[in-house]
Amino acid sequence: MTKGFFTDTTLCIGCKACEVACKQWNQLPGDNYEFTGMSYDNTAALGATTWRHVAFVEQMGRQPNGAGDGAANSVANGATAIAERVSNPSVGFLGENRWLMMSDVCKHCTNAGCLDACPTGAIIRNEFGDVYVQPDICNGCGYCQIACPFGVIEVNYDDGRAWKCTLCYDRQKDGLEPACAKACPTQSIQFGEVEELQERARERVGMLHARGVTDAYLYGVDERTSVGPLNAFFLLVDRPEVYNLPERPKLPQARVGMHYLATGLTALAFGAAAALTLLGGRRK
Amino acid sequence: MPGLGTSFGRGGATTAQWDLVNSDCILIQGSNMAECHPVGFRFVMEARERGATIIHVDPRFTRTSANADIYAPLRPGTDITFLGGLINYVLSEEKFFREYVVAYTNAATIIGEDYRDTEDLDGVFSGYQAESGTYNPTSWRYEVGEGGVPLRDETLQHPRSVFQILKRHFARYTPEMVEQVCGTPRDLFVKIAETLTANSGRDRTTAFCYALGWTQHTVGVQNIRAAAILQLLLGNIGRPGGGILALRGHAAIQGSTDIPTLYNLLPGYLNIPYASNRTFSDYLLVNQAETGWWNNVPKYAVSMLKAWYGENATAENEWGYQYLNKLDDKIDYSYYPMFFRMKDGGIRGLFVLGENYAVGGPGSKVERAAMRKLEWCVIRDPFLVETANFWKMDGVDPHAVNTEVFFMPAAWAAEKDGSLTNTQRMLQWHEKAIDPPGDARSETWFFVHLGRRLRQLYAGSTEERDRPLLAMTWDYPLEGAIQEPRVESVLEEISGYTVADGQQVAGFADLKDDGSTACGCWIYSGVIPAKGRNLAASRVKDGPGEWTNNSRWGWAWPANRRILYNRASADPDGNPWSERKRLVWWDSMANDGKGQWVGYDVPDFVRDKAPESQRVVGGKGAAGLTGAEPFIMQSDGRGWLFAPRGVKDGPLPAHYEPMESPLPNVMYKRQNNPAVIEFDRADNPMHGVDNPAFPYIITTYRLTEHHTSGAMSRWSTWLSELQPELFAEINPELAAELDIRMGDWVTVTTARAEIEARAMVTERMRPMRIEGKTLHVIGIPYHWGPAGVVTGDVVNDLIGIALDPTSQIHEAKVFTCNMRKGRRAQAIPSGGPHASVAEGGAIDRIGSEGAEMARFDEHEGAEPLPVERPAEATYD
Repeated sequence: MTKGFFTDTTLCIGCKACEVACKQWNQLPGDNYEFTGMSYDNTAALGATTWRHVAFVEQMGRQPNGAGDGAANSVANGATAIAERVSNPSVGFLGENRWLMMSDVCKHCTNAGCLDACPTGAIIRNEFGDVYVQPDICNGCGYCQIACPFGVIEVNYDDGRAWKCTLCYDRQKDGLEPACAKACPTQSIQFGEVEELQERARERVGMLHARGVTDAYLYGVDERTSVGPLNAFFLLVDRPEVYNLPERPKLPQARVGMHYLATGLTALAFGAAAALTLLGGRRK
Repeated sequence: MPGLGTSFGRGGATTAQWDLVNSDCILIQGSNMAECHPVGFRFVMEARERGATIIHVDPRFTRTSANADIYAPLRPGTDITFLGGLINYVLSEEKFFREYVVAYTNAATIIGEDYRDTEDLDGVFSGYQAESGTYNPTSWRYEVGEGGVPLRDETLQHPRSVFQILKRHFARYTPEMVEQVCGTPRDLFVKIAETLTANSGRDRTTAFCYALGWTQHTVGVQNIRAAAILQLLLGNIGRPGGGILALRGHAAIQGSTDIPTLYNLLPGYLNIPYASNRTFSDYLLVNQAETGWWNNVPKYAVSMLKAWYGENATAENEWGYQYLNKLDDKIDYSYYPMFFRMKDGGIRGLFVLGENYAVGGPGSKVERAAMRKLEWCVIRDPFLVETANFWKMDGVDPHAVNTEVFFMPAAWAAEKDGSLTNTQRMLQWHEKAIDPPGDARSETWFFVHLGRRLRQLYAGSTEERDRPLLAMTWDYPLEGAIQEPRVESVLEEISGYTVADGQQVAGFADLKDDGSTACGCWIYSGVIPAKGRNLAASRVKDGPGEWTNNSRWGWAWPANRRILYNRASADPDGNPWSERKRLVWWDSMANDGKGQWVGYDVPDFVRDKAPESQRVVGGKGAAGLTGAEPFIMQSDGRGWLFAPRGVKDGPLPAHYEPMESPLPNVMYKRQNNPAVIEFDRADNPMHGVDNPAFPYIITTYRLTEHHTSGAMSRWSTWLSELQPELFAEINPELAAELDIRMGDWVTVTTARAEIEARAMVTERMRPMRIEGKTLHVIGIPYHWGPAGVVTGDVVNDLIGIALDPTSQIHEAKVFTCNMRKGRRAQAIPSGGPHASVAEGGAIDRIGSEGAEMARFDEHEGAEPLPVERPAEATYD
């Protein structure tokens, strides 16, 4: 019985209540007081002290029914194009002018790179099927950080340990839903049993398609990747890269075969070169 | 809220937020609901999921627009033209709900012969007095027949009927004019008009949501009047999924107008007496209406006086009427005149509670300078907000400021019991979670104990002037170590009781004018109908398949009605207009066959008054109205399309340009609201029309991440990091012109001030092409000041002060400015945020031991720093 999140970006209003609820419940510090210039997103990324992050993507004046190429966060791209759009403002929800908002979080992967990479056994899969870092065991080696295909987990060099979303392990143990899902005013973040959430999500996509939001699809449910299905998955309306998600997330070990082969071939080549050198020398 | 009060009878939102899910269409204008009311916006989202069309009309593409089906841009300050265009469309295309309009509005009522419209007088209404810049409204009156009954023509053909006047008045508000004035593309405007009308009528309803985007204008009340007219014509008032939702900017702003912090009102919208109302009879003479609900004023006023003065209020001493403070008829006590008077040395002391004037008050330099003229000042707040530091802001030498400042640490909501009255007139009780830290105390504690100490000081005085203080009932029970007043006993007094036995009354129907009942605020009467039964604390939601309008969740005034004027949800005969929009109807079998109003809400009508009831000739109060007149607060029982009184700048809305505008008024010869309140002072320079030094339009607003002046958010690390710096939103075309890139510093100037901000270059802002001109609108949020975790310049310093004549609200939503790349002339020593703060939650809470003053002192010598008055506190 795996518990997880279904984050439906078509219901997100960008209020960031999830970010604040997460920091409040988990007592994480405020840590970044910089204006980023990335639309209304001043959080910028997930990290050791930021376990929910709302991304903002401005796509004004898209081609109707286009492939969703709106330039994210486009800045000063010429006056003439803008002038034309003035006479043709937005009609239709998620139509020509979009401001996409998406609350990102640890995916709690079925095949978690961080868990596989952890040499101390600090990272475990708990009774709710979620990936959890035990802070009293973590030694801060940082292997997990480079093993995560989503750039989620991060070592906090102030305390020497790796941190990420716990899916509110403590709240779940007391039968409560995670703080972010609790705080979300529009049910953009839904918490529950993953299979049930997936079913609900597929229905939702069908409904959106029927309403003309044909771009809607699920990320982290049915595609075949080395990380497997995501226990925190998303409903998106544009390509994953637009939300700063990898199109095909890949575990480091998925590349290992090729790497072994390359290493072997390199060793062979060096061996051959050395042998040639030695043999060549003897000939003289 | 004079706009709604004049149109319908009560100054509050006509509906409940959760009822938006029943709407077929929701028009959000003058509000950025998703950002400023994110929790209430869930109902808009749910309506959208159920198939409703969401329309957002706004100068900026915001988080609300992102979730709307239709977004239309609009030049700031032109809402009346847009709404007027919709009214004209509804009238000329015959799309109004005729039966509703004829029966429930004053469309058929005939106006007196002396009335002249803006059409006749080129931009002013009759009664305009040019010397004083005010209107005498006597020529706007109804024409009355025998017995004072207004004359009507239900064919709507009489040339002086309200309907015909309306048609003539709005004829010039064409789609072409809308495009020309508002900059909204014609086709888009027509699409909105079609959507609204297709979703209104017997079977469908449309709701309107507005907020400060309509009120903070010199024509603010008329913006709301225009919406009221439109909703009445479409038959959307008093019906499920309809209504006008006034979104209030704070948790209890509705409460602070109901039990007012306003200068001119007593609790329950009774007027504060003027000095010219020498006796209680004089007061009643001007405040008691012949017909309609306000005929009951004596019951409510006497009961209030009994609550305040107890046994010292008797028939012999006019129930203590003379103990009340009276307003000088010649002095304007509203916010801005008060501060100007203070600045001129006319006020000695000031209490500041939950306000941060130094950042939040438009033209806030004036407020800061004014406070430095005070002898003393008491400030209560959890943090050392800018307003507590006015004596060392603006580069002044503190030695030169003679004001004695008392800072009293305040408790927060979670640290005290109490109720909040929210945007839908609903009281919700909250219980204390923890004790306040150290010396921090609740407002109730502060005032109850201040009152006790003052009474001790004056005890035994026989001076007549000390009588009001000593005559008060001031016996709230105190509890616990800090002697906290039992705040529920305050709500019990507000709800009302019988004097003889001290038992709670059931509601305002029980109140009497003979001194036998006491009630602190008649509209709240019934919230505690019996000791120990605090309905504000009730938390029962409707179950599946149940629909009572969540009547057991909290308690809403009046009488727990959730949708006001809901008699209008039934036709004149008392049957629902349609099955789909059934809410309240007449059940002739109920009540032992005598019949009564029943339904899914508390009927907003005399419960057993049959639809066919006739007016009692010469009848007072409700008896003066028929069984088919649903607006029971109005003297004629009808929704007012035309306001014969109550609004100071005309019976109908008309488009006037904002006080500062790059464009002349193309609608009328009058540039600005003829009745606007201006302050022609050296410290309040205005830009006028098309001032080449200030070519850009600018509008101010709030973000989800902060709360008004930031007094409750800039001390929280979690909120501060989400929006750490002041920024200005600029369209790419203007940015290219001025060579500004995302994140650059820009300086914004007006004749009042100069501030700097980061540039947010975004296509969500659009240049407007109007009259061959390209107009740029700059958007700027106003949450920052020089204190707190994150700091920034004070946006409200930019604003000039000119006021709506009825509500005395300023024009913060549109003025003009200039902009250039780079930082402002005097570099700010303390510009950026406190990068060193790496804590969680609120920092620098004052009141606990070792109150830290440090954070502000770090910035001493910093340039001017600014203050707030919750802009909303200004009440519409």
